[in-house]
Amino acid sequence: MPVQDLEKIFQEKIDQEIKIEPRDWMPEAYRKTNIRQISQHAHSEVVGMLPEGNWISRAPSLKRKAILLAKVQDEGGHGLYLYSAAETLGMSRDEMISDLLSGKAKYSSIFNYPALTWADMGAVGWLVDGAAILNQVMLCRTSYGPYARAMVRICKEESFHQRQGFEALLVLSRGTDAQKAMCQESINRWWWPSLMMFGPKDSESTNSDQSMKWKIKRKTNDELRQQFVDMIAEQIKVLGMRLPDDQLKWNEERKHYDFGEINWDEFWNVVKGNGPCNKQRLDARKKAHDDGAWVRAAALAYAAKKINTKNEKAA
Amino acid sequence: MAFQINKNFYGDIPDDGSGATLPQTATETKNEWPLWEIFIRSKQGLDHKHVGSLHAADAAMAIENARDVYTRRMEGVSIWAVESKYVHASNPDDAESFYEPSEDKIYRHPTFYQLPDEVNHM
Repeated sequence: MPVQDLEKIFQEKIDQEIKIEPRDWMPEAYRKTNIRQISQHAHSEVVGMLPEGNWISRAPSLKRKAILLAKVQDEGGHGLYLYSAAETLGMSRDEMISDLLSGKAKYSSIFNYPALTWADMGAVGWLVDGAAILNQVMLCRTSYGPYARAMVRICKEESFHQRQGFEALLVLSRGTDAQKAMCQESINRWWWPSLMMFGPKDSESTNSDQSMKWKIKRKTNDELRQQFVDMIAEQIKVLGMRLPDDQLKWNEERKHYDFGEINWDEFWNVVKGNGPCNKQRLDARKKAHDDGAWVRAAALAYAAKKINTKNEKAA
Repeated sequence: MAFQINKNFYGDIPDDGSGATLPQTATETKNEWPLWEIFIRSKQGLDHKHVGSLHAADAAMAIENARDVYTRRMEGVSIWAVESKYVHASNPDDAESFYEPSEDKIYRHPTFYQLPDEVNHM
């Protein structure tokens, strides 16, 4: 069958909301876009463990430590679900990991910002996970079956992440003056980077159009960002804190909050590798990968030895 | 009827040309732990259901890893791990002819039979 016909059938399936499964024919660009997006998403989960992992030993109570451990463990699991989904498209796990470590593959820039205070654990949960969830809820309906199934699983676990973050900030917001100040300072630092998580403006995003047509994405960057601002602008009232944006204002006509302009120079700078922690994060991943090499080799050798012993007994 | 059983080296990776092009897996994957498909019984009385896959050096590790990633919130009471290379799959390209025989046998469905209203709930 000519490629044009295959592409027509493919698009018809997408239009009828029929999910694409790994062995179905798909345009090469669809495969590549999904591999790129899913593996980036997986890398983000894995690198995302680092800023929080740093606070496990410094958590203020046993309860907070247990919560943080559970959350970081979830993120490792989310990375696994996503790597598996990307592998169904024909890229090996080793290849993805090596692309991450060489800097060829990207991950969410948000994790290139440092987590300086305990309040950051709250702000990361509330704002960063909050932003991620909006994207992930949309992706539960993405057109590629394995990706959609991974997202459903992730969303089920993710809502605890956002709630625990908000609750941690709530406790601080009702605490001493020093705790309140720590809470506000943390929100100040995380607000703008969180808005940047949704990516470039629609007018400048190169991937959006085709991704929408293929239903890999179902909402544009700007739509999701607006949804996020509307949600957070209300929730911050409960905390009695303020968002660091003088232009944030309810627009009765649009029925949405207006907000100020993002510092796009900063955005591109961090994407290109010049954020505060880009090097530190990659170095940490490389070290973990190198230090774990003997464990991976030993496990394989042990498995091979067990099989050999079994075969010898049978013979 | 011509159809082939495809053997996948990974659960679902198109390893024959059914995709647009063959995947590029040029990288050395010799040292990668094998892949396993994981099935979970969520409670007694229900079937094991495919939940995803993971890499592990052997079956025991596959089951332990599956417990850690797929049952952290009491999602399961039993786990099956099957090495992915042993999964055989039908070919989606043949779906039309492969499943065709079941399409024209509407008399296999209860709704095919018109019964008087007096015969309730049959």
